[in-house]
Amino acid sequence: MGSYIFKRLIVLIPVLLGMTIIVFSIIHAIPGDPADTILGEKATEQSKQALREQLGLDRPWLEQYFAYLGDLLTGDLGSSIRTKEPISQEIGPYLAATMELTVASMLFAIVIGVNAGIISAWRHNSWFDYICMIIALVGVSMPIFWLGLMEQWIFANKLHWLPSIGRVNVREPLETVTGFYVIDAIISGQTAQLWTVIKHLILPSVALGTIPMAVIARMTRSSMLEVMQSDYIRTAKAKGLSQFYVVYRHGLKNAFIPVLTVIGLQTGALLGGAVLTETIFAWPGVGRYIYEAISNRDYPVIQSGILIIAIIFVVINLLVDLLYALFDPRIQYK
Amino acid sequence: MFTLMLTSVLLLAGCTGNKSATTAPEANGTEETAATGGGTLIVGRGGDSAALDPAIVTDGESLKIAQQVFDTLLDYKEGTTEVMPSLAESWTISDDALTYTFKLREGVKFHDGTDFNADAVVFNFNRWGDTKSKYKFEGDSFDYYDSMFGPEEDRVIASVTATDPTTVVFKLNKPQAPFLQNLAMTCFGIASPKAIEDEKANFKSNPVGTGPFVFKEWKRSDSITLDKNPNYWQEGLPKMDQVIIRSIPDNTARYNALQNGEIDMMEDLSPDDLATLEANPALQKINRPPFNVAYLGFNTTKKPFDDPKVRVALNYAVDKKGLIDAFFAGQAEPAVNPIPPTLWGYNKSVEDYPYDLAKAKQLLADAGYPNGLDQELTFYAMPVPRPYMPDGRKVAEVIQASFEQIGVKVKIESPEWATYLEDLKNGTKDDLFIIGWTGDNGDPDNFFYPLLDKDSIGGNNYSQYDSEEFHDLIVKAQQETDQAERSKLYEQAQVIVKKDAPWVPLVHSTPLLAAKAELKGYVPSPTGSEAYTNVYIEQ
Repeated sequence: MGSYIFKRLIVLIPVLLGMTIIVFSIIHAIPGDPADTILGEKATEQSKQALREQLGLDRPWLEQYFAYLGDLLTGDLGSSIRTKEPISQEIGPYLAATMELTVASMLFAIVIGVNAGIISAWRHNSWFDYICMIIALVGVSMPIFWLGLMEQWIFANKLHWLPSIGRVNVREPLETVTGFYVIDAIISGQTAQLWTVIKHLILPSVALGTIPMAVIARMTRSSMLEVMQSDYIRTAKAKGLSQFYVVYRHGLKNAFIPVLTVIGLQTGALLGGAVLTETIFAWPGVGRYIYEAISNRDYPVIQSGILIIAIIFVVINLLVDLLYALFDPRIQYK
Repeated sequence: MFTLMLTSVLLLAGCTGNKSATTAPEANGTEETAATGGGTLIVGRGGDSAALDPAIVTDGESLKIAQQVFDTLLDYKEGTTEVMPSLAESWTISDDALTYTFKLREGVKFHDGTDFNADAVVFNFNRWGDTKSKYKFEGDSFDYYDSMFGPEEDRVIASVTATDPTTVVFKLNKPQAPFLQNLAMTCFGIASPKAIEDEKANFKSNPVGTGPFVFKEWKRSDSITLDKNPNYWQEGLPKMDQVIIRSIPDNTARYNALQNGEIDMMEDLSPDDLATLEANPALQKINRPPFNVAYLGFNTTKKPFDDPKVRVALNYAVDKKGLIDAFFAGQAEPAVNPIPPTLWGYNKSVEDYPYDLAKAKQLLADAGYPNGLDQELTFYAMPVPRPYMPDGRKVAEVIQASFEQIGVKVKIESPEWATYLEDLKNGTKDDLFIIGWTGDNGDPDNFFYPLLDKDSIGGNNYSQYDSEEFHDLIVKAQQETDQAERSKLYEQAQVIVKKDAPWVPLVHSTPLLAAKAELKGYVPSPTGSEAYTNVYIEQ
């Protein structure tokens, strides 16, 4: 197991290096003078020159790249052109917001998706199965943007059940300690605040979690169907174990590896969808951070934001691979 | 994983919404009844501030907050661009227009309790003007100061001195006609010297001014909270106890939040939502006075547009009214001149070329093209939405169809935005193009000089329009300090532009705001942002 983890980590190095090259190339792919593009038409020549120096645009490409890499290794992500603040300081609260939303979405997707998949497989060809699979099919093809706006329109505007935007009621702000509002509300011991925070999480996490939920449901269903036909399930049933026990204990454990793969991939894919969800629900996360940076041509922020998302993606994949090994000790890295 | 990066970039590119940067405006005067007030006002807008120190920013969203926290020496009268006293109660101008003496308001205090006085004014102007000032922190640049009062080697302001605690004297190197107009810009808000000395570079996220609201908290990309300034120098103002400004990037989501009561007021309503807004008695529409211009420009250095006759002919072939109905939901007015009619100096007597294809065809024949133009021309249409032009490509397609009827064939191109601007600047690839401008301050010079003067060729004069006659008038107007005289010069300039027709002025769009019906006292400014001093929510 130890050597497996080690080998798996070694492979990350070229992957991460490759990412830095791509991310670094972004600023050089802009047509025209980046300083012109970034500062816009109304900037003076002086500030353009200062920016060129700040970004090191006057130096050779390779030299710039190694300087960038050196900065990255020391944790220096550069400064935002727009806010003039160091990105490494600025990005903290955004990351916390995105993580909270991602966790909530995946919880929704996994709990609903896995269970719907299991029940569909269990009650194969029943009306429940058909309905679930129709919902899953629609869910996969639903544009997040549209879904989000529809949710707002129905649950906020028409029914007034849930808030449509933001993380908390701004009239009664929450004391932030960790940046994870659910945790902050629990720490401060305010049940009312905790409820408000959860209510704010519902619509965006459903919007963001719908596609993964649908994909997970379909994968769980087909994987379970296969497993349920194997001999040991028949044996278990013959032993007179309860159906619930057979399905969740024996069936799910063996059907879970492909589901886990899908969960890993979907969590990564979620980060792309987060940009849209965070924009619609005015959720101050990394997606919003990058979205605003793109509208303002804040290239250092775009670079760092994408790099961070890519790193999270890689880390999730790593975790999934490690979990495989945990679930099935026969898996080894070759 | 690379696919992920790519998709996220693509997704982002696809959803860059309709955002306004520096915007502008028209007032619907909401009648002010008994001042009730109190409570919290929540405003929703499209983007977040970059920084809260107005001197170092150039974007409209940042200036909106500065407007609440800072006062300037002079201000614009509500809903207009007319200058009026603010922190300076009165002023005198020397005969040579080189010395301005301001008498300051007494008893005004900054939010940190220190006194506002002449020294504070001097401190601020020295900070902006001296490139080696120790209060110019890492990464800061005072772009607006440089662009309004000249770069370091060519400053308009020679010195600012305090003669007593309430008198400040500005000495100028050369006369500047829009000087007072410039001083009223939000970016020249007077900050507390003590706060800058104490906070240093952190001042940009902890602003301290004398304005109606006191900065409390900034949650980035989420909300900015401001409390009422209990010691505000205007008696009984502001009316609200607290203002929270939230950033909600998507226009529809912002409108949803307004309907759900999560915000009290929103900026940038999309014209598509106008019908549902008007049908909802719980909400009201607020028009900002238009302060922009969208235009179709001709590249006057290229054939056949080097001939004014051809340009005039094509002016007859654009149906502005039709464009407004189709793409602006009626929320715009046809443009006749390069400046919006809300701006002083506007020439009302200039008549527009009406939409008349027969006449256009005949004029084209008179210019020597009886069968239309033989070559296909390149028509640049904006790839991004702007407040003055929500969909440049569709507008271009309609114009293309009209042109075709008089025998003018164009092919529409929309390169990426940065390339687009670069190409217009160089003027080599395009024959005609769509672009626009939003005013920075209330001076006509801010439209005429950057957009049409020969000095601005290679800059924002994308038509490469080069007229000595026009140039003489604009330069003369820059040096004249009497506004009535200047107004006359600008009126003449508009006559020349109409005759030479380097553009087809298209529209002045009206940005829309929406609010709940109980919101009163809101007078939007043409400049794109206003203080919420008089706003209140009727209980």
